[in-house]
Amino acid sequence: MAVLDQNLNQAALTQLAQREHYTFFGLTLPYLVLVGAMIIIPIGWLFFLSFIGRDGSFSFENYERMINSKAYIRIFLTTFKISILTTFFCALLGYPLAYFMSQISRKWANICMIGVLIPFWTSLLVRTYAWLVLLQKKGLVNSVAVDLGLISEPIKFVHNTSGTLIGMVHIMLPFLILPLYANMRAIDPHCVKAASSLGATPTRAFWTVFFPLSIPGLLAGLLIVFVLCLGFYVTPAVLGGGKVIMAAMKISSNIELYFSWGAASALGVVLLVVTMLILFIASKLVSLDQFGQRS
Amino acid sequence: MRSLLKFKTAAIVAAAVGFAGFSTASMAEDTLRIVSWGGAYQKGQSVGIFQPAAKAMGITVKEDTYGGISDVKLMVKSGADKFDIFSSGAGGCASGGAEGILEKLDYSVIDVSNHLPGMYSDYCAGADIFSVVAAWNTETYGDNGPRTWADFFDVEKFPGTRAMRAKVDAQLEAALLADGVPMEDIYQVLDSEEGIDRALDKIRSIKPHIAVWWTSGAQHAQLMKDGEVDMTTGWNGRFDVAKLDGAQVSYDWKTGIMDWEGYGIPKGAKNKDLAMKYIAEMMKPEYMAEFAKYITYGPTNKKVYELNLMEESRALEMPSHPDNAKHQLTLRTAWYAKWRTIAAEKYTEMMTE
Repeated sequence: MAVLDQNLNQAALTQLAQREHYTFFGLTLPYLVLVGAMIIIPIGWLFFLSFIGRDGSFSFENYERMINSKAYIRIFLTTFKISILTTFFCALLGYPLAYFMSQISRKWANICMIGVLIPFWTSLLVRTYAWLVLLQKKGLVNSVAVDLGLISEPIKFVHNTSGTLIGMVHIMLPFLILPLYANMRAIDPHCVKAASSLGATPTRAFWTVFFPLSIPGLLAGLLIVFVLCLGFYVTPAVLGGGKVIMAAMKISSNIELYFSWGAASALGVVLLVVTMLILFIASKLVSLDQFGQRS
Repeated sequence: MRSLLKFKTAAIVAAAVGFAGFSTASMAEDTLRIVSWGGAYQKGQSVGIFQPAAKAMGITVKEDTYGGISDVKLMVKSGADKFDIFSSGAGGCASGGAEGILEKLDYSVIDVSNHLPGMYSDYCAGADIFSVVAAWNTETYGDNGPRTWADFFDVEKFPGTRAMRAKVDAQLEAALLADGVPMEDIYQVLDSEEGIDRALDKIRSIKPHIAVWWTSGAQHAQLMKDGEVDMTTGWNGRFDVAKLDGAQVSYDWKTGIMDWEGYGIPKGAKNKDLAMKYIAEMMKPEYMAEFAKYITYGPTNKKVYELNLMEESRALEMPSHPDNAKHQLTLRTAWYAKWRTIAAEKYTEMMTE
């Protein structure tokens, strides 16, 4: 009798689980359709177009061009160099700030957060030009520094790599701080206290307890910043002074130059493939699961 | 090209949004849509040419801005109907014509009998003449700035920072003139990869002194206004407007490389016949004279000078005035049709080295 009841229960439970399964699937369906329509299909189309030559027939010319001209490899190297450096400086500036914000009272942290978010809400173009006005040869920073006698010659802040980095780090910083801060706030402060009570110095407690727990937030932030940097256009165009040519800029100039989508699509495809490859290798080197278990 | 801040993607998006504003269904028979480059340039066109010509014909002309010939291609290839006429440089029209995305202009309707030689083509009816010049900061060099391209490339005689265009147009010609090639031989020398490399090597020789590669007319005007560079290549009209705004800038016609701008019609334009008549109207000298009051880009129709429609003092400021034109090289569109992609890729390679 008891065995029979159990079986009945089992069947009902399975049915329930299945229904739940379908419900969840139904809930994700709109998103899946959206991803299919807005991402998978366009990327497939992009991939297809990259094999169409100028005369409209199937051809590898768009890829051959990239191999034959050294400019393309340099542009890709620049793109990755700038993205990696921006990500690095974002982490260097963002981590201490997020840590500080997570340690103070919520009220003060919210005030700090406004400081992070106001630039975030300001137009990217406005911020980029603002840096140009501040940092150019006869800009505010240089003229004040020269007038005060701090420097004899204006410093070349913009129209080069450093200008591009200043602008991009400023724009990208909130993307690192927001996930990192959320992660740090969720870390139980008792963990660090427990470490201290067991005799760890504050430094030791930070590095062995707090830092590992903050890694998922840090990685999420780094990933968002890095990937967004790869497609940057306006900031390097304005602050790089033509010396920092990133992939997005070449994509647009190729449309103009070749009158064909293929010449631009091929660049997009290579950028996508290389990026996925880098992220794949990175995920193997820095095992995400390992950190997942620790946290 | 001359006046628009050309962030291509932004421009394409903006253009798409702008085009959406045109209501194609309700477009009446006597309405035309024209696009140009915006800024001080289109303001002059609008006040001096577009609107008075429309009024004279009793039609309505709606204006918008666009991002260049690639926008025309985008429109024609996608079968959209956004505008009937566009304002473009001769080179843009020539490449559009070669791509088969433009209507051939009917010169039995459009009268170009009084045009300066070569200032019209199958796909482009010339409207104004501009020059690429070497401009210098008068605060740095006073009156004795780089008056020739050889000076511009001489970093010992003229120490200081330079800016050149991020695109190849007119930059190779300048480099070869600096390298001692006589004006009449420029396009003969450039008619080979070796010639192009020779010009690029000349630019390489001063590359450490090139502080900025500019991408728009607004940008090179701003560079001079802010004193960010000591000299730059750029469009004469832009520098004249900047000077009126207080920029310390001067240039010599001996560095001039003349080029022209005109009107074209996209393939399959709905109001093609009316567009043709409207272009014919805009070719009249009085409109060109009026336009030239706003920006120093000279008329293609010589009647402007013959009928004394322009004051002598103003005429002397135009790139196409005989006294100025005699010093200058005329940009050869046919060379760009043949060599543009090769030269452009090599130019980018030189920039990224």
